[in-house]
Amino acid sequence: MAEASTAPAPAVRPAKHRSSRPDSLRLLFNNKLATAGLLVFALIVVTALLAPVLPLPDPDVTAPADRLMRPLSEGHLLGTDALGRDILSRLVWGSRVSLAVGVSATLIAAFFGSLIGLVAGYAGGRVDTLLMRGIDMVMAFPYILLALAIVAVLGPGLLNALYAIAVVNIPFFARNIRGIALGLSRREFVDAARLSGKSHAQILFIEVLPNVLPVIIITMSTTVGWMILETAGLSFLGLGAQPPQADLGSMLGDGRKILFTAPHVSIIPGVMIFILVMSINLLGDGVRDVLDPRLKSGALTRPVARTAVERRQVPEGATPAPGAVLDVQGLRTEFHIGSQVFRAVGGVDMRIGKGECLGIVGESGSGKSVAAMSIMGLVPTPPGRITGGVALFDGEDLFSVSDERVRQLRGLAVSHVFQDPLSTLHPLFTVGEQLVEAIEAHQPLSRSQAREKAAELLSLVRIPNPVERLKAYPHELSGGMRQRVCIAMALAGEARVIIADEPTTALDVTVQAQVLSLLDTLRKERNAGILFITHDFGVVSAICDRVAVMYAGQFVETGETGEILRAPAHPYTAKLIDCVPVLGEPDRRLDAIEGRPPVVNDLPVGCAFAARCPRAEDDCRAGPIALTEFAPGRQVRCIHPLIGETQNV
Amino acid sequence: MSAYIAKRLLAAIPVLFGLTVIVFLIMAMIPGDPATAILGSYATPENVEKLNRDLGLDKSLLQQYLIWIANLFQGDLGRSYTLNRPVLDEVLERFSATLILAGTALVLCSILGLIAGVVSAVRQFSWVDKTITLVVLVGISIPSFWLGLLLILVFAVNLRWFPASGMYAIYGGGGPLDLLHHLFLPALTLAVVATGVIARLTRTAMLEVLRQDYIRTARAKGVTENRVIYRHAFKAALVTVIPVIGIQAGFVLGGAVYIETVFQWPGIGSMLVKAISTRDLLLVQGGVLVVASAYVLFNLAADVLQTVLDPRLR
Ligand code: SF4
Repeated sequence: MAEASTAPAPAVRPAKHRSSRPDSLRLLFNNKLATAGLLVFALIVVTALLAPVLPLPDPDVTAPADRLMRPLSEGHLLGTDALGRDILSRLVWGSRVSLAVGVSATLIAAFFGSLIGLVAGYAGGRVDTLLMRGIDMVMAFPYILLALAIVAVLGPGLLNALYAIAVVNIPFFARNIRGIALGLSRREFVDAARLSGKSHAQILFIEVLPNVLPVIIITMSTTVGWMILETAGLSFLGLGAQPPQADLGSMLGDGRKILFTAPHVSIIPGVMIFILVMSINLLGDGVRDVLDPRLKSGALTRPVARTAVERRQVPEGATPAPGAVLDVQGLRTEFHIGSQVFRAVGGVDMRIGKGECLGIVGESGSGKSVAAMSIMGLVPTPPGRITGGVALFDGEDLFSVSDERVRQLRGLAVSHVFQDPLSTLHPLFTVGEQLVEAIEAHQPLSRSQAREKAAELLSLVRIPNPVERLKAYPHELSGGMRQRVCIAMALAGEARVIIADEPTTALDVTVQAQVLSLLDTLRKERNAGILFITHDFGVVSAICDRVAVMYAGQFVETGETGEILRAPAHPYTAKLIDCVPVLGEPDRRLDAIEGRPPVVNDLPVGCAFAARCPRAEDDCRAGPIALTEFAPGRQVRCIHPLIGETQNV
Repeated sequence: MSAYIAKRLLAAIPVLFGLTVIVFLIMAMIPGDPATAILGSYATPENVEKLNRDLGLDKSLLQQYLIWIANLFQGDLGRSYTLNRPVLDEVLERFSATLILAGTALVLCSILGLIAGVVSAVRQFSWVDKTITLVVLVGISIPSFWLGLLLILVFAVNLRWFPASGMYAIYGGGGPLDLLHHLFLPALTLAVVATGVIARLTRTAMLEVLRQDYIRTARAKGVTENRVIYRHAFKAALVTVIPVIGIQAGFVLGGAVYIETVFQWPGIGSMLVKAISTRDLLLVQGGVLVVASAYVLFNLAADVLQTVLDPRLR
């Protein structure tokens, strides 16, 4: 670690992995399986290297009198083979040969494969096409078959087997390295090197090669086991090592002839090959995980069906506010990643009446989506968990009910419309299939009735030719049409509250307006409440009755839309309103407020907005600031608000 | 869609053509006098002269290739000197045995691999997942030829459940049941590695898919979790796994070389090994060409299947 801190400031070009090396090794050792693999592999390599000086009998001395001795015999720990040769000694020497052949084949394949990949990726164009076509052709052969054809031409023999295995592995290197080299050759530092007059060879080997090295190492570590296995296989078939020379494969092949009378002669070399290859594969997986964390299987966790609820205290006797269909009180949602806790939502109240629209506004990362997705348990667990609060729907606490009950209520009580309709619709099912599924999840209808209803839903969201459109796949529709389909799906179960998470953000402006007015009409027609999540006050003004402004996991201002727009009290609200683009004045859009929202695993004690607030004073940072009602129906979490007086002063 | 399939079929033609070029060139690269090399111990002066004429070795490489390919189209791959019969007859006979073995193994590894991968992903981090992961790792590290020997020792020699070799019992009925009885051990052995590879990829694909937005949508609709996993997630994962199964067909066809030798299965793999040892190179050439073409067709089938499942590719 000390080395990393004293290293010079990182250059502009991509890291050469030098400073990260001690770290990588530590990571590798953290992986128990990889460490075990490394230890076993190292042991085998050291033993094989030391073969000449180890006190072993000559592996090739035959002793007909001692033939086929069982393991653990006097003087022969692993017994003897059909010619009376010591199996332990032959095993050590055979491993030496197998290792040497496997590693040499890997080096040859890595050298030529990488060279082809580098040149193809760097040169691009015709050279690339030509080289890669050739590689494709080689890959059109079944792996071992091509090796056999090569051995057939060159004749059986260990060296020829080595060449054959090396050749058939070249494509793996060429393909992997070409991809990376292609990306790198378009990067600025390569252009810079080109402009500075360096030759192509210099650029390739000095600038590009160091950056593809990790990929070469990954490919080597994942193929070397294969190559050892395959060369052993060729020897087993009698096409590799020829007597008196022996590797693990030919020992196994010899033993096979006496499998029934003396199985140990073939079993022992097989065990050795297995241990060797297994140790390499364990090590290879570890190396790959360290050098390419994206591929690490442990990094992919599968979200379970419903957000985990681990409330520190379960509030008792919470009663819904009169007139509210959905009443969320004191919601807290956290993300636990490693030892860090991100407090994404830190105590939020949301109340929605019949046919009412509540908007939650904030920048990305403010926790607005997490708050909304927590209600029906759609925050991914791991890492998310609900740690406090209640969500009362018709008096029933959604955080206390069973998983099955939540499933029934999803779509029936509360439904959802998400941001990007292209990724939220399943690409492999037709619109009709997805709609029918949403209907059938809650109503026992026949297939044809469900299809009829699906078509009705589509016409409800103003999609022309609904019966035709049922057969369309999502990618065949325009963005606006897709979002209408999503809205139709949200209506399938007659939900009383619709949670719309940035439903118009991915759409272009005219379509945005259509979708908004559609949502607005539908809520009036069906008297459904809407929880509307957005970052855009312009959208809020079009549809929301009331607004809650969210910052760093908490509401900082709530009130009626019109009043807040007219006279915001919180400095953050004022900034958000300033960001709204005005028609005919596109330049007025201040795309972002200076500074960034705080990271929610390390929140300041005082006002979370203080670092970006023009009105901040010392007392803002002193301690927590409460959400205070300063006028009927209006609350603000600020001690120096733009309007009104709070008791906090 | 049929237009797409036709397009893929057409695209396979140049690949098949390329195969013939490579196979031809490999044989043309034989060091020394090809006729003598091909004939080996059968190289009497008359034989050498006849083969030289057959191969047209006095002509240019291109002419030789054209003659060879013209013969190929007439089903003439030359004559095997060790077996003294047309290469094509021998190769097709052997290949049908390989196809039974490799086809069974491919079906077996697809089913087992998909099940193991899905279960592993659904029960991520449980002991089931850890066990499967470990077994998979063992499966892809184990030498299949050695595993075959172990299975013979245990199930054929000690338990006497299955026969140790051959495709049919010599004095047995030779019906489908007898075939299955003989097929079980070699097909299982051949499937092990591919099962491991497919299981690994299926697990990753499922985990990847289960994080997608459309899975959240399915859950938000109130669809049951079983349906989410086995309908929504599995179909999407399958689309990414199918090409891998196509590639595994190559490993299974190649791996058949070992397994056929171990179990003395009368397929093309054991034929190739014998032909290489006896330097019957025309037989090797024919065998390699047929197996490689079959692999191209397997991949084509995988491509088409993927298109059927994924409308975006059409
Ligand atoms: S409390 Fe202070 S820092 Fe926070 S918003 Fe109000 S004025 Fe700004």
